[in-house]
Amino acid sequence: MRIGIGLPNTTPGTDGPLVLDWARRADDGPFSSLAVLDRLVYDSLEPFTTLAAAAAVTTRVRLATMIAIGPLRAAALLAKQAASVNALASGRLTLGLAVGARLDDYAAAGVEHRGRGERLSEQLAYLRGAGDDQVSPPTDGIEILVGGASGQAYTRMARYADGYAHGGGPPRAFASAATRAVAAWRHLGRPGRPRLWGQGYFALGDPERGAAYLRDYYAFTGPFAERIAAGLLTDARQVRDFVRGYAAAGCDELVLLPAVSDPAEVDRLAEVVAA
Amino acid sequence: MRTTVVGAGPAGLYLAILLRKADRGHEVTVLERNAPDATFGWGVVFSEETLGALRDADPRTAVEIGDTFARWDTVDIRYRGRLLHSRGHSFSAISRKVLLDILQRRCRELGVDLRFGVQVEDAASVAELAASADLLVGADGVHSVVRRTYADAFGSTVEPQGCKYVWFGTDLVLDAFTFVFRDTEHGLFQVHSYPFDERTSTFIVECPEATWRRAGLDRMTERESIAFCEKLFAADLDGRRLLSNRSLWTSFPLVRNRSWHHENAVLLGDAAHTAHFSIGSGTKLAMEDAVALAGAFVRHGDVEAALVDYELRRQPVVERFQQAATESAAYFGRVERYTHLAPLQFAFNLLTRSGRISHANLEVRDPDFVRVLDSWFAHDAAGDPPPRLSVSPPPMFAPLRLAGRTVRDRIARSVPAVSTVDGHPVADTGREMAEAATGGAGLVLVGPVAVTPDGRTTPACPTLHTDAHGAEWRPHVDAVHASGALVGLQLSHAGRRGSTRPPDRGVDLPLREGGWPLLAASALPYGPFHPTPRAATEEELADLVVAFADAAGRAADAGFDLLELDVAHGHLLAGFLSPLTNRRDDAHGGALENRLRFPLDVLGAVRARWPAERPLAVRLTVTDWARGGLTVEEGIAAARALVDGGVDLVHVEAGQTVPHDDPPYRRGFLTALSDRVRNEVRVPTLVGGHLTTPDEINTAVAAGRADLCLLDLAPTPLDQELVAAGEVD
Repeated sequence: MRIGIGLPNTTPGTDGPLVLDWARRADDGPFSSLAVLDRLVYDSLEPFTTLAAAAAVTTRVRLATMIAIGPLRAAALLAKQAASVNALASGRLTLGLAVGARLDDYAAAGVEHRGRGERLSEQLAYLRGAGDDQVSPPTDGIEILVGGASGQAYTRMARYADGYAHGGGPPRAFASAATRAVAAWRHLGRPGRPRLWGQGYFALGDPERGAAYLRDYYAFTGPFAERIAAGLLTDARQVRDFVRGYAAAGCDELVLLPAVSDPAEVDRLAEVVAA
Repeated sequence: MRTTVVGAGPAGLYLAILLRKADRGHEVTVLERNAPDATFGWGVVFSEETLGALRDADPRTAVEIGDTFARWDTVDIRYRGRLLHSRGHSFSAISRKVLLDILQRRCRELGVDLRFGVQVEDAASVAELAASADLLVGADGVHSVVRRTYADAFGSTVEPQGCKYVWFGTDLVLDAFTFVFRDTEHGLFQVHSYPFDERTSTFIVECPEATWRRAGLDRMTERESIAFCEKLFAADLDGRRLLSNRSLWTSFPLVRNRSWHHENAVLLGDAAHTAHFSIGSGTKLAMEDAVALAGAFVRHGDVEAALVDYELRRQPVVERFQQAATESAAYFGRVERYTHLAPLQFAFNLLTRSGRISHANLEVRDPDFVRVLDSWFAHDAAGDPPPRLSVSPPPMFAPLRLAGRTVRDRIARSVPAVSTVDGHPVADTGREMAEAATGGAGLVLVGPVAVTPDGRTTPACPTLHTDAHGAEWRPHVDAVHASGALVGLQLSHAGRRGSTRPPDRGVDLPLREGGWPLLAASALPYGPFHPTPRAATEEELADLVVAFADAAGRAADAGFDLLELDVAHGHLLAGFLSPLTNRRDDAHGGALENRLRFPLDVLGAVRARWPAERPLAVRLTVTDWARGGLTVEEGIAAARALVDGGVDLVHVEAGQTVPHDDPPYRRGFLTALSDRVRNEVRVPTLVGGHLTTPDEINTAVAAGRADLCLLDLAPTPLDQELVAAGEVD
């Protein structure tokens, strides 16, 4: 299993210099990927723009959206953004897409929330080059992941993607989702197995601030915000147990997302991961 | 800290004990509407594992509970005049009244404030209790007032599950957990019974609601219904009586809550979740909840943090039990369908109903049962009477007779058919077929192979539209036969799912260049950017009937043992079957009978051409998993019609009729559908659905849920050793 790290593009206090510093440290560290999240109505940096900046100061790590809310963008624009980041990063983009969970993001984008699933499917077909008016640069080489927990989401993943992006939780939850993803993949007649990506939050330096951030970021989920905050990995042992659990559950790439935007967190995590 | 517990059942009392034990400064009050000695229900079942957890939590009560336990390790199944035993199951049970006595005494000893005869009636009183305590615990059972007060915040749902049932006691002392199945003119009745002390047993009677009404039980008084049940089960009761304790017929309420806490109120036991009584876990789960909640307060000082911790620990466990309980309840709702099964198979089907016991688990618990089952299965499959003492290979290695052919085992492997651009199979496909046969499959299925070039899914899909195309399969068929396996061909027309790219980077991606016009039941495109197909005309349909029959003849000439007609996954024939894809207003549209017309025409022509001694299968989508689509009932009716039309084997499939379907993916996600088709239509079935282990196949086949299973193997690092071992030799 490979281990990636998140870029704090949705945590408060992240600015340009911090993004560049963070990305450089991640590229120098034991991480295989550097991932961003996507929220429109929240104090955050836009994912593709952030990855473009990261592309300029990294040479090795894969750059991933974990995930981007596809339907907020028109298919051609999404394809153009993704293909541009991929070109700037010399083919290092992993494009994770899902429908997201926030109604207000859709309202702010002026996009109907209804029909979001079908719109995402259409975008995926477009990204795979099925459209009649495909943009350039082409999206051919981009690794695509799809997230979501419904039967429709697994089918969509199996139909169009290279792999599955899990939404987070304990290893057991990941294992059960991974089984569903593989079952869908085989049912759709895809050869081999899907690539399986997992994620979890860490805050090694300032756990309280990290937990407070998660409560705020996930406030819209009501009672679940507390549970997400309770899952925050706050010390080396918790990180190692989590990593071991995900590896045992068949995860190919585990992305650990920061809940605190302090560049020293990259080094703290690097130390734990490398040990 | 001050805690108020509403409800003095096992969950509430046990929590009070554990909270006081952990912290004598903790003020705990338990409110109960009934008197201390009033109790409803008879005995409750525990597992050894639960007793272990109780021993860790409070040794004092665990010893007392353990001393009064009735213990046994046998499940008895009375069915069709036979009595079958299965051992190794280790159950314990205790009288609910005795359990409550033990817990009440311990509460008093620890200084818990127990108040009986206190009714918490409404939301206002609940809110008042919540405001005056640091923690309010709703341990007030299935009809919890605390839950109802915050139903929106908890996201509560309560739905009836399974059969009508009634909970009796009896003075008959059993020595096993006993299931009784008794056929009547009204339908099948069943009993779940078990001993819980040296004088008494629990005796639960249940039957489907329709049977209950036919028997007139809906109109009977309590006394009449007892008399009815005593008479019906007279032989099983051995002259003993049924004892009533407010024993009324009811439906089991399935309680679920998205969240188990709201502010400082938390739900425990049945108030938070129920699990159908047929897996006997209600009290066990309730007491384990108490252990987890008390433990959370040891770990966290903060109420919110403790309640989140409790939920995170308990919800996944409870969900697994609820899943198993749902399977079990559904089994008892449809058990009538299995009364044609031989007693050993019926018993194994019963024991494996919830998915918690498999062939391999049972072999550990009860090796004799599995040895006898396997021997019965092997000899039944071979059609000869089993000797008195015998050992046989596991069910997956029993032969299966289909029409005039015998498949050597129950393992099918599917090989994707790949061709050159003009429809000729490539050498790799032949090699994979041979490998699947040497790798243990009794049946190698290759496909899809299209009847005409415009029926291909992708440019790499082989066709059977000329004799030359057919002849090329001969050496591949011979290679499979050389390993002793049979080989089947999946004959297909892709319909509106045609003209797409090969599946390496996605499926249903339409070709932008080099595509071909599509034909379907109705002119509806499949998915994004798909071309709109033409609705087939009568002439085109007539031509297709001929094309299918001719292709079948070619497959027969090439030596294929089995032919599988593709009426699945939204391909041409399946497109006629589903109301979502068939909008025709001619003789092929509308009622199921009409939608079946073309698939049946094709089947008739193929059956006429395909040799009678070789099995003809149909790969059938029995439900669309989509709103407005084919239902399972219709799918089963379709299977019945196809079987009447000469089909020997149904390959049970589902979904993919439309791209936005909602499949319940998991391990063995098609097995339950195969079970229904096999046992309602009484036809042999083949099923896939992500079966990856021999144990899953042994279980499905031995329980009569399928006859053949598609094994989906993924290479593991250990498989490299097989390769390495080959190289050393």
